[in-house]
Amino acid sequence: MIHLLKRILRTGIVSEAPPPPGEMQREMDRLQDEVLKILGRALTIREVDAGSCNACELEIHALNNPYYNIEGRSIKFVASPRHADMLLVTGPVTKNMENALKIAYDCTPDPKLVVAVGDCGCGCGEIGALFGPNYATCGAVENVIPVDVRVPGCPPAPLALMQGILAAIKTR
Amino acid sequence: MYLFDDVPINFTPQPGPGAPLWQGRTNDSEELKDVAAAVHLAGGRIAALWGSDCRAEGKGFRIDCVFGLNEGHVCVRLDLPEDAPAYPDLSGIFPAANRMQRATRDLVGIATTGGPNGGDVRPWLRHGAWPADWYPLRHDAGNHDGFSNEPSDYDFVPMGGEGAHEIPVGPIHAGIIEPGHFRFSVIGERVLRLEQRLGYQHKGIEQRAIGADIVTGAKLVGRVSGDSTCAFAWAYAAAVEAACAIEPSPRALALRAVMLERERVANHLGDLAMLGNDAALSFGLSQFFRLKEDWVRLSAEFFGHRFMMDRIVPGGVAIDLDARALAAIVAQCEAIDREVGELRAIYDEHAGLQDRYLTTGIIDTALARELSLTGMAARATGMILDGRVYRQGYTPPAPYAELGVRPATDERGDVAARAAVRFDEVFESLRLLRLLAAGMPAGETRREVAPVAGGNGVGVIEGWRGEVVVGVRLDAAGRLARMHPHDPSWQAWPALEHAVLKDIVPDFPLINKSFNLSYAGQDI
Repeated sequence: MIHLLKRILRTGIVSEAPPPPGEMQREMDRLQDEVLKILGRALTIREVDAGSCNACELEIHALNNPYYNIEGRSIKFVASPRHADMLLVTGPVTKNMENALKIAYDCTPDPKLVVAVGDCGCGCGEIGALFGPNYATCGAVENVIPVDVRVPGCPPAPLALMQGILAAIKTR
Repeated sequence: MYLFDDVPINFTPQPGPGAPLWQGRTNDSEELKDVAAAVHLAGGRIAALWGSDCRAEGKGFRIDCVFGLNEGHVCVRLDLPEDAPAYPDLSGIFPAANRMQRATRDLVGIATTGGPNGGDVRPWLRHGAWPADWYPLRHDAGNHDGFSNEPSDYDFVPMGGEGAHEIPVGPIHAGIIEPGHFRFSVIGERVLRLEQRLGYQHKGIEQRAIGADIVTGAKLVGRVSGDSTCAFAWAYAAAVEAACAIEPSPRALALRAVMLERERVANHLGDLAMLGNDAALSFGLSQFFRLKEDWVRLSAEFFGHRFMMDRIVPGGVAIDLDARALAAIVAQCEAIDREVGELRAIYDEHAGLQDRYLTTGIIDTALARELSLTGMAARATGMILDGRVYRQGYTPPAPYAELGVRPATDERGDVAARAAVRFDEVFESLRLLRLLAAGMPAGETRREVAPVAGGNGVGVIEGWRGEVVVGVRLDAAGRLARMHPHDPSWQAWPALEHAVLKDIVPDFPLINKSFNLSYAGQDI
């Protein structure tokens, strides 16, 4: 236990706090302000992997690491779509997940924001075309449920994900 | 050469610097079964199985089956007629063949004959998105996206008796995780049976590959399982290079190994984070996630991508490292080595964590062998099975032969063992990275690949999860006639069904995380 406590003390807080007020820091602060201004409370997100290769999930996971510290910025991932303001959906949406995604969307209460993540989920770029609709997939998320914001990338970096989440909040 | 005493099949070694592999052809179904039985007798395993439709080339259908032996791998091919193609059910010999055979039926329409209880005829990847008499990998299938999607029921094996009930979980799980369905049969909290239904991530990658050029194939295969993009890209490149009879340069092979080991470390750091978190030690999550972020940021800086996607290509690699990059990699290895060492001492002495880990989710060596398990999970049952490591009769492929890789094993077979093997493998990979950086050969990084019409090759790479196998066959125009990527999760998912028996439902997330299997890699 003493090692653990020593480790905690020695590591300190690594969450990227000012200084320096770099682009990422400003972006994160702006995000938190917007969340509070528009919603007046924390934003809850239900992530739905509707067919990705899991690289997008690795980057969404990274949002929870101490550098990005998304929970410390009034944004929380929740287990049920019924508790969520936003669906963060990766794709391409497989036919085998089409139904489950529609059910999750129907269960999500207002404001019911949807952010499509990744080139496959957005149906853009070379990779989006490579994983376009076929016998097993519906392609982009917007082919299955309405989408508010698209975050392209293969996979998109954590900061791009944060910007996408912010952009979706601002649509309301 | 003849590999089995009782099976008169002449095997030909696959040329090139890849993992040792022999190709052979069986004359009939009985011979395929004989080979499987001989492999089983020799303590071997099934490593992959796939079917192909070769009718466009004026032939019939074909089954390729890769087996793992002590000496390396054998790829056995069985040609089948155009009408009613079928081959013998191998699941009585290798239970892991079950799902591969069902997927082969779903995708190519090649049936199995015989087998335990008349064979398992339930669909595996087909959930009702396409009709039962249409097969996406047949040459005349076309790119249909107009079928009505009618999710079908699935016959889970029922458990009866007083107090027994079922808990269905998924396909959408409670977390940032891939989709799949778990059906628990329980009494109270104790798990009597777990049955998985997978295939939710099926996106028809194999159909997309048919007719693609070899460069596009590399992009597809790099997205079979994003966390193993380097392992798949290397296995695919090795298969294409064998098919086209070209050898990558020593520098390219060393750079591939740098990427593969970096991928291993990144995933193990992430898993150690989650293994802390799932046992309520969020300290572990924060610490290991911090280290992982440092790690992938350096990958972004010097490889141009946080997960190094599309950096391993047929013919070599698409990046190069200068002296400054190699020095930065070495410096980072030293820092991470020190930090992980401290964190390991904390994990090892943390009573609450060890209480959750020890004797939870056990798989013993005999079961691991029976299920053809490979990789980190197999080594956590005491097996010394690692494609990068010398063993009697086996020489690892370049550049690992010269590195003297030390295998990590732990005989306990539980969550604690899988955590311990991860720690040991992190330290070993950090050592290998420093060796690779110090001895980086000079020379070119990428050679031109001229596709050889009708070329055929199989690549095997020891990824962080286990043995990744990719089979490639080129058509008359030098494009992909068939590409089959095989993730080690195919064999490990059934092992997870066994690992949870006798444990309680709340232990499942921890046990599941201790394997961290790929859904996308299995569902392709």
